[in-house]
Amino acid sequence: MHPESRFLAHHFDSLEQQHEAATMGMWLFLATEILFFGGMFTAYGVYRSFYPQAFVAASHHLDVTIGTFNTGVLLTSSLTAALAVHAAQAGRRRAVIGFLVATMLLGATFLGVKGFEYHHKFVESLIPGHGFVFPGPHARHAELFFSLYFVMTAFHALHILIGLGVMAYVIVLTRRGQVTPEHHPSVELTGLYWHFVDIIWVFLFPLLYLIR
Amino acid sequence: MKSHYLNEDYSVRSWLLTTDHKRIGILFLLSITLFFILGGAAAVAVRLELLTPEGDLVSAEAYNRLFTAHGVIMVFFFLIPSIPSVLGNFFIPMMIGARDLAFPRLNLLSWYLYMAGGLLGLSAIVGGGIDTGWTFYTPYSSVFANGQVILAATGVFIAGFSSILTGLNFIVTIHTMRAPGLTWFRLPLFVWAHYATSFIQVLGTPVVASVIALVGIERLFGVGLFDPALGGDPLLFQHLFWFYSHPAVYIMILPAMGVISELVTCFSRKRIFGYEFVAYSSIAIAAVGFLVWGHHMFVSGQSMYAGMVFSFLSFLVAIPSAVKTFNWTATLHKGSISFATPMIYTLGFLGLFAIGGLTGLFLACLGVDVHVHDTYFVVAHFHYIMVGGTVMAYLGGIHFWWPKMTGRLYPEFWGRLSAMVIFIGFNLTFFPQFLLGYMGMPRRYYAYPGEFQVLNVMSTAGASILGFGYLMPLCYLLWSLKYGAEAGPNPWKSVGLEWQTESPPVVQNFETTPEVTQEAYAYDAQEAEADAS
Ligand SMILES: [Cu+2]
Repeated sequence: MHPESRFLAHHFDSLEQQHEAATMGMWLFLATEILFFGGMFTAYGVYRSFYPQAFVAASHHLDVTIGTFNTGVLLTSSLTAALAVHAAQAGRRRAVIGFLVATMLLGATFLGVKGFEYHHKFVESLIPGHGFVFPGPHARHAELFFSLYFVMTAFHALHILIGLGVMAYVIVLTRRGQVTPEHHPSVELTGLYWHFVDIIWVFLFPLLYLIR
Repeated sequence: MKSHYLNEDYSVRSWLLTTDHKRIGILFLLSITLFFILGGAAAVAVRLELLTPEGDLVSAEAYNRLFTAHGVIMVFFFLIPSIPSVLGNFFIPMMIGARDLAFPRLNLLSWYLYMAGGLLGLSAIVGGGIDTGWTFYTPYSSVFANGQVILAATGVFIAGFSSILTGLNFIVTIHTMRAPGLTWFRLPLFVWAHYATSFIQVLGTPVVASVIALVGIERLFGVGLFDPALGGDPLLFQHLFWFYSHPAVYIMILPAMGVISELVTCFSRKRIFGYEFVAYSSIAIAAVGFLVWGHHMFVSGQSMYAGMVFSFLSFLVAIPSAVKTFNWTATLHKGSISFATPMIYTLGFLGLFAIGGLTGLFLACLGVDVHVHDTYFVVAHFHYIMVGGTVMAYLGGIHFWWPKMTGRLYPEFWGRLSAMVIFIGFNLTFFPQFLLGYMGMPRRYYAYPGEFQVLNVMSTAGASILGFGYLMPLCYLLWSLKYGAEAGPNPWKSVGLEWQTESPPVVQNFETTPEVTQEAYAYDAQEAEADAS
């Protein structure tokens, strides 16, 4: 009996088939995710084209330096996630755990910085709703910008949070010896998911912070 | 006694934690039946109110809540899960010779998400109701909402993920788990139809989830995402909503078309006419169906040019639907037809779907739509598709596969009788509504001018017959569980793979993985073999 066959679920005939199914399932899930964010990106695009000046004015209230820093943090975390997958292929279990921990720390840093930014908006009364205060003639439409800013970044942050949970679980799996050079879909698919979360941010960052 | 998926373990726990696609299909069957009854009860109240021109049975506010409850329950908690989650769940793995779906635990999660969503929706309806209509249009659902919109929207949001997971599971299963020899063009058309449907579930549902989340945020925080007074655009809501909700019609009808392809061949003892055309038309419907959503907004202030494009594309999507209808009819030609219950449902489907589809073309015409928009003509049209089409096919499929699922035969006489009662009741309910709509009776009002009463009384009378027709299978199918005759593996002499194993199937579906050596619907070969022996 092949040593990896302990990973084979009862309803599959071979590990190849099982891997193919898992990978395809993940890609389809990501397709769903793209369309989920797509609805919000559409709303952003429509309102930006309606109220370009208000959106530019509102965008100036976001801190590009902090945004750039956070983008750097997230891109680095994609690198460590890729290195974790690489280490899994090479069968270096401790390196897998190390890179996953690094990815988690970077993800947590991103969330911390985001929280700091949110706090800042709160102090500046830029939270949409009754207490919203925006100087200048564009207050009403700037509120739309900030509504979308909070919705989109909050859903993105939620995905980061889920990613952190998943990685913690994969670390446990790795320690239990469930990650081998031939069989490591958990690491691979987590990496895929993490890159996706990154890519969403790569679109959010210029749309919200940079286009002025 | 032989061991099978039903008797291997009777405990409640073994049902609630099952990962067997067959048991999950049964869980869905039971739960959607419950929601069908609840949605039906709301329809009964609506039809009773419309018996007289005055608003005498319920208040206007209560009436709004009733038709909303009917729509929300029937669309999101009955029709969308109906055929895929029950028959698809149960039979796709069996039709492709697999032991289960690719992700059995996700499949169970899908049922739990459905139940969570359904119970939230139900608690919204019980705890004050919603008066937005099933479409949750802003500003009814935002500025002017007076009801449990957030609760109901959360329910729909969660149930949406159930639908996504089911679709995802089907696509992966069909791609990776077909039995040896089962090439794409040997697949039953039921599988093709579900394959196309699954793409709509995976790609459309997240968009409605997204827009529902935005409405929720508008409500919770008082921001004007869709409120024109605050700079928002209600038309944007309609675009995003219908981007999913028009294709959602195909989530309901494509699986029904898949069922019909199975039934029409089995009861004509014939190969399907133009297999490739029927298969590809499912894909075409799913693809073009994503590009027609604007036909719901011809009078909503959408640009005239957008209206022209959406009108043209809506006509285009009728072509693959017509291809299917012609091919089923051609399959009947010179077939040895037997009028078993599933076949009566099939013939009913063909007639009702044709009427529903052709009246859809009226509505796709820009000029005609201005006249009949938001009238009972629209109500009649989509009920001919969703009830005349989907529910007829669903019931036909339930009868066809009942012996496989339960190991028992239902009483044929009662089956045929109820199928005919349903057909008559349905037409009496909804045909008058075409006339009412054409004469100008608007939908969603609890009172109406006296001259519309005769047709409304006909409609309510028809609804009583229809309701009675639906109660009959509920009774005799339950009866058959105990008193029905043993079905045996293949009572219909079908050539489908799911019939080549025991009824009810063993836990692993097949004793050994089957090998497929012929195309689907090889009834000619089967007949020839029977003649020879
Ligand atoms: Cu439509």
